[in-house]
Amino acid sequence: MGLRHTPLFDVHRAAGARLVEFAGWEMPVQYQGILAEHAMVRERAGIFDVSHMGQVEVRGAGALAALQWVTANDVSRLADGFAQYSLLLTPGGGIVDDVIVYRLAAERYLVCVNASNRDGDLSFMREHMRAADVVDRSDEFALLAVQGPIATEIVGGLADTPLAGVPSFALVEAEIAGHRCIVARTGYTGEDGWEIYCPADAGAAVWAAVVDAGSGRGVGPAGLGARDTLRLEAALPLYGHELDCETSPLEARLGWVVSMDKGDFIARAALLAQKERGVSRKLVGIEVAVGAPPRQGYRLLRDGIATGEVTSGTRSPTLGKGIALGYVEPKSARLGTELAVEVRGREVPARVVPLPFYRRSG
Amino acid sequence: MEFPDDLKYSREHEWVLVEGNVATVGISSFAEEQLGDVVFVELPTVGDTVAKDDAMGVIESVKAVSDVYAPLSGTVTEVNDDLPDNTELVNDDPYGDGWMVKIEIADLSELEDLMEPGEYQHFVAESDD
Repeated sequence: MGLRHTPLFDVHRAAGARLVEFAGWEMPVQYQGILAEHAMVRERAGIFDVSHMGQVEVRGAGALAALQWVTANDVSRLADGFAQYSLLLTPGGGIVDDVIVYRLAAERYLVCVNASNRDGDLSFMREHMRAADVVDRSDEFALLAVQGPIATEIVGGLADTPLAGVPSFALVEAEIAGHRCIVARTGYTGEDGWEIYCPADAGAAVWAAVVDAGSGRGVGPAGLGARDTLRLEAALPLYGHELDCETSPLEARLGWVVSMDKGDFIARAALLAQKERGVSRKLVGIEVAVGAPPRQGYRLLRDGIATGEVTSGTRSPTLGKGIALGYVEPKSARLGTELAVEVRGREVPARVVPLPFYRRSG
Repeated sequence: MEFPDDLKYSREHEWVLVEGNVATVGISSFAEEQLGDVVFVELPTVGDTVAKDDAMGVIESVKAVSDVYAPLSGTVTEVNDDLPDNTELVNDDPYGDGWMVKIEIADLSELEDLMEPGEYQHFVAESDD
């Protein structure tokens, strides 16, 4: 099967980006280099094409109740123009996907889902949300993320609506480069920033406008490589790594997302039972001060005995040492616990540390 | 990408500079570009015996882990001690300060298995498709 392309694919290719396969899509992994792009986002801002992500609109009088049923967070707390991080859950308490739920209007919600789960989410939502209209709008949008300390200056300078006062996890409609867009103060890098939903056929024009606005200020395109190191430093989970259908939010440090008091929902009984029983593993942050970087799949040892596994790992460009997220037995999850990462048959000393690894100042 | 004329190249993208019976070894600019930003390097120890085509070290970029293979059999006489703390040298100067090890060549006839620059350029063009 051929790889899918976002509306910006030709732009990436013309710019000389290195392209790789990701979840069935041919996407830019880097433009100038992952480390340079990572630093650019931390220090100024970077521009990402994340159009491969899916958008599902949930409409109708039953939309709120249906979303309350399948998602973890309390959707009734959203006012128009606000968004929340949430999870689609299985009846057993596993995670179908992690999503952002935007309330566009009283009976209109937009759910932004992971590229790798687009088809699965859609059939899951159609099966469990029969009281609402579930409409796949993924192909209508190009989605740009502009992330970094000066992202608001860059995007705000282009929008016909002031953005500086828009709170985190809120969205506004704005015209950018002559195109109506939904502009949301959300992201996946640990920085302030914006995600711009624009009509697919306007994607290249909006992208060009943002790149142009950033070009004099050391702001340019960034690829999925930097997106991954940025999100890992910020300890934001990635579906397929930290999250899957066999993993519960209580194991994944996402208990804060689960509203147990919003009324019954698909996974409530299972999660209550798990809460009482206790979990058999917990997600932790791991730091490797010296030695080979931890990588996905490496075993975590305690006193020479396996106690868990790394789900995402890299050398942190900001901190200059190895960092990882991984699951360990609860007895090994306490902060400061001395562990080892098994790297090519050797033990590299590691430690359980507080998350996130990186937190922006101010 | 450049492939200096005075070097020989392996199919695993190491370059070799031969001076008498000593080979200086690094990775080619093709390998370095493919890997992306190098963030970790593990080299053999001086005195190690290495056999041609065996993994003798590890090089890691942000996203990938890759073995470094011995292009020739012999004994490691010197390693680039600056490299582990300055891994960017592999990207910035792959044929210079980014060198990795020096090997005292055990069998000079193994040099015949290495590629000349033109041949390597052709090899790279094919593997890059």
